[in-house]
Amino acid sequence: MLGVFDIIGPVMIGPSSSHTAGAVRIGKYARSILGEKPIRAWIGFVGSFAKTYRGHGTDKAIIAGILGMDADDGRIRDSLDVAAAGGLSYTFETIEMEGMHPNTVSLELEGGSGRTVNVIGSSVGGGNILINRINGAEVLISGKSTALIIIHLDIPGMIGKVSNVLGDNGININKISLNREEKGGIAIMTIEIDGDIEPAIQQIIQSIPNVLSASILNAV
Amino acid sequence: MKYDSVSELCRIAEEEKVRISELVLKDQAVQMEKSEEEIKGTMRTMLKAMRASTKEGIEPGKRSSSGLSGGDAYKMQQAVEEGRTICGPVLGKALTKALSASETNACMGRVVAAPTAGSCGILPAVLMTVGEEWELDDEQLVMALFTASAVGMVIANKASISGAEGGCQAECGSASAMAAAALVELNGGTPAMVGHACAISLKSVLGLVCDPVAGLVEVPCIKRNAMGAANAFVAAELALAGIESRIPVDEVIHAMKTIGDCMLPALKETAEGGLAATPTAKKYMKQIFG
Repeated sequence: MLGVFDIIGPVMIGPSSSHTAGAVRIGKYARSILGEKPIRAWIGFVGSFAKTYRGHGTDKAIIAGILGMDADDGRIRDSLDVAAAGGLSYTFETIEMEGMHPNTVSLELEGGSGRTVNVIGSSVGGGNILINRINGAEVLISGKSTALIIIHLDIPGMIGKVSNVLGDNGININKISLNREEKGGIAIMTIEIDGDIEPAIQQIIQSIPNVLSASILNAV
Repeated sequence: MKYDSVSELCRIAEEEKVRISELVLKDQAVQMEKSEEEIKGTMRTMLKAMRASTKEGIEPGKRSSSGLSGGDAYKMQQAVEEGRTICGPVLGKALTKALSASETNACMGRVVAAPTAGSCGILPAVLMTVGEEWELDDEQLVMALFTASAVGMVIANKASISGAEGGCQAECGSASAMAAAALVELNGGTPAMVGHACAISLKSVLGLVCDPVAGLVEVPCIKRNAMGAANAFVAAELALAGIESRIPVDEVIHAMKTIGDCMLPALKETAEGGLAATPTAKKYMKQIFG
């Protein structure tokens, strides 16, 4: 259901809610999923993004998001310089990907620790986004409610351990999904919850054995 | 409230003897489970960012990264300051502000989507101009934004506010209807007049296609924002004079949707038809994207 701030707002850096604001959000989401400061970024633009990313500043927007900026940050137009000064190297490419939304981007980020993450997201209009894939596993995160992304080893009992922590802290799950690339490999649990979550709870989940990372993605 | 009819909003407001903005604020506080003050506070943030965008673009050397736009808000302001306008300072100022916000958007500056980034100049231009001319305080302007939003919500629910779905009539047209509604309420018009102003403004832009040159939110978008602001004044003037739309506002909104559905994809933000397909547009596209 629409509210007044779906019509007035967001406050954003132009020129296009889908090519700029949505792109910043995808970049920022990818950074949160990586969970640390990225030092390298590989960006593959698909569809309309691939055709017009320069004119719309989608390149600057994605980098701004990867640097942790919000969609209304005045530094977005200078983000490529900010990246260079802050030790983030990046590559842009245009790629083809079947069956994706016209405004889609594939991001590969590498953190200082050597950890990498691959995130595919689409900007679906009005600054709204959908994260479609994380490390090859299919997810569907709209960013409309707070989401927890937990990357863990694919072993029995992980859902139970995580949901116990949430339940014990009075947090209600409204959507949960789990995907893995291969049996016994890396799995991705996506949990969307009602309301907010304390950073302390993220720490508790992070400390569960076989959890590789737990990130909170705030509603956007 | 379901926000599926402007007439219904007007009817309830008249029945309860309140302004549409008061009705909407009260309803949104319930929907969002927040206090009215809190919601007004967020709207005040929007208003401030809108005001800044109507000033930021007024710079002679302003250029977008494509090189297609910039500097026009400054030219318009010069004309107003030197008394070189046909319609006087009110329209002149509104045109300046609409160009400023839209040029700010094209130059990767900060704007408020209202309802979209492509149409971000219309509502701020109209509100800031009458705010200055009639010496209104921000509280009044914030309330007017609730009336404008309600109109936007109905259009979004029953038709579309996206150029890719409904053409420019859905973007600049919606923004213009929202601005006309705000203008009428700020001028003390009745809720029924608000409805007529929406209908009149939207009727005047029915069929307007979205044909951005090189796919960029610059040509013709920036000048269409100036037109949208002017159109809001025209519709509000007529409605405040007691002139009624023969076709009821909700039927106009439905007509806008059916026209949008009939539009060829080439005329809906794909940059394949209309102005975007002209020889000059193709030349620009080649220059920008190679």
